[in-house]
Amino acid sequence: MRRADLSFITVPGSRAVEAVTWMRDHGGFTHLVMISCVDRIEEGVFELVYLLNDPVAYLDIGICVEIDRDNAEMESMHHLWAGVRVYQRELREMFGIDFPGSPGVEEPMILEGWDDIPPMRRDFDTLEYAERTYYPREGRSTSDPATEMEERSYPLDAGVKRGIKDLARSGYGDKENTKDEG
Amino acid sequence: MTCRSGHNDPWYPSWADRPQVDLESEKYLKIWQGPQHPGVTGNMALELTVEGDLVVDCKVHVGYLHRGFEKLMERRKYMNCFPIVCRICVPEPDFNEYLFAAAAEELDGIEIPERAKWIRALTLELARIASLTMGLGGQAGAFGLGTIGQWCIVHRDYLLDLFEELSGHRIYHMYILPGGVRHDLTPGFAEKTEAVLRKIEKLMDDVQKVLFDNAVIIARTNGLGVIHNEWIDPFGIVGTNARCAGGTRDVRKDYPYLVYDRLDFDVITGSRSDVYGRSLLRRDEILMACDLVRQILKNMPEGPVRTKLPNPLHWKIPAGETYVRAESGRGEMGYFMASDGSEFPRRIHVRGPSYTHAMALFEEMIRGVSIADVAGLMTSLQTCPPEIER
Repeated sequence: MRRADLSFITVPGSRAVEAVTWMRDHGGFTHLVMISCVDRIEEGVFELVYLLNDPVAYLDIGICVEIDRDNAEMESMHHLWAGVRVYQRELREMFGIDFPGSPGVEEPMILEGWDDIPPMRRDFDTLEYAERTYYPREGRSTSDPATEMEERSYPLDAGVKRGIKDLARSGYGDKENTKDEG
Repeated sequence: MTCRSGHNDPWYPSWADRPQVDLESEKYLKIWQGPQHPGVTGNMALELTVEGDLVVDCKVHVGYLHRGFEKLMERRKYMNCFPIVCRICVPEPDFNEYLFAAAAEELDGIEIPERAKWIRALTLELARIASLTMGLGGQAGAFGLGTIGQWCIVHRDYLLDLFEELSGHRIYHMYILPGGVRHDLTPGFAEKTEAVLRKIEKLMDDVQKVLFDNAVIIARTNGLGVIHNEWIDPFGIVGTNARCAGGTRDVRKDYPYLVYDRLDFDVITGSRSDVYGRSLLRRDEILMACDLVRQILKNMPEGPVRTKLPNPLHWKIPAGETYVRAESGRGEMGYFMASDGSEFPRRIHVRGPSYTHAMALFEEMIRGVSIADVAGLMTSLQTCPPEIER
């Protein structure tokens, strides 16, 4: 069932640029499909995947490179394809992998003013971050006629509703609702 | 072939070297187009440096639509990811649904029923027509022909009516799921589809007269935004943008998926690689998709539309990595999925066609273009910001 025209090989980080360049120039894999990263936190490595495509023989090859998670740095390949620098810029921002020499790699792409660990790393807890940053908080002030009229005409009912909302925001009964998360 | 930046070899580009611009000299002006601007597809911002009317430098800023789908999916079981993926791209949700399902099926070795394959192909072709029709309307609107934009949106709505009948949803259909499709076609669906296809074909006749035969449009788009054949591989250009530039790649033909090996069609290539040529090719693609829908409806076999899956709450997919691709309306879209054998995906990477088109390629093409043509050029690349940020 697995695709017969797709294979993955792992090469050491020091030979990766050489391998990819050879594949492009002599192997016929002229089309760069994408560059991705898999965080294998248990083994302490990032697996970078360079997926190349041979548009004549209709073959795909994934060149995997394992790099140290604590000292995440990889040789830049921006000279091989024009689109590479965009991928590298994103990987630096999302995984914290540095590509020295890649043009504009230090510029933020999506996150501006981010001061936490890179968000795509496995040890970044989305739920914890969201709760810390966005929840609980006061609702926005509203001038919705429905709400205003309710407050004016039925102050008691509106007060009870508000109380229930505050209770929910304070986390009452959260254990039952969120045990599957994470 | 010399690129605008004067470099001779596209394989060793120097596009990242920005021109030195002294803003203090009062010769240049920096203006922002976006993130909210009628001439920008979706929410992204173009930081343009202009000299008079001409753009000398451009920086693309994304991030206004980042919702972190790839990260969210790592925390969810496979079946819980299924309603998320369609939200990655607004104009083409079905391709995301199909690719997610196909990647999971391939890793787990699930074979789907024959009829489900045909229904999936039908949905994808209808989605292609909807997306390209909207794109064509946007293209006309960018050059001031808002009426065509309205015609196209109305006709897209007819297609959305079909999707609503099929799935209960207009934009995010959540119809293609691992194991097949949610349910069979509704009674009379083929007749209703045929009626809509006729309307679309009539629309294309009108568009030909008002858009493609329009002297103003011909004058403005002739030679605007040329993509050279030599740029295809260095920039990773796919889809209609590449097929106009002399490329012949079409995933439906090169890597036949679903039932495309049993359909009769040829890869359409464009004769010219400017904004006009790309629009013309998209018109032809719409007509071809109409033909494919008819073929699918005619040849579709009877049978079940879903295969039995394991309990979705305890569905574990064997460890491994795969990449699946499909030809969306804008080019090759792909999903890279890595599984570690657990109930949660280890990593899902969405490779959208806009990723390099809107960032690297657009920044190169925009130099030397008049401000008035920026919107038209951008629309002609059919970029989709939500897909860049995922």
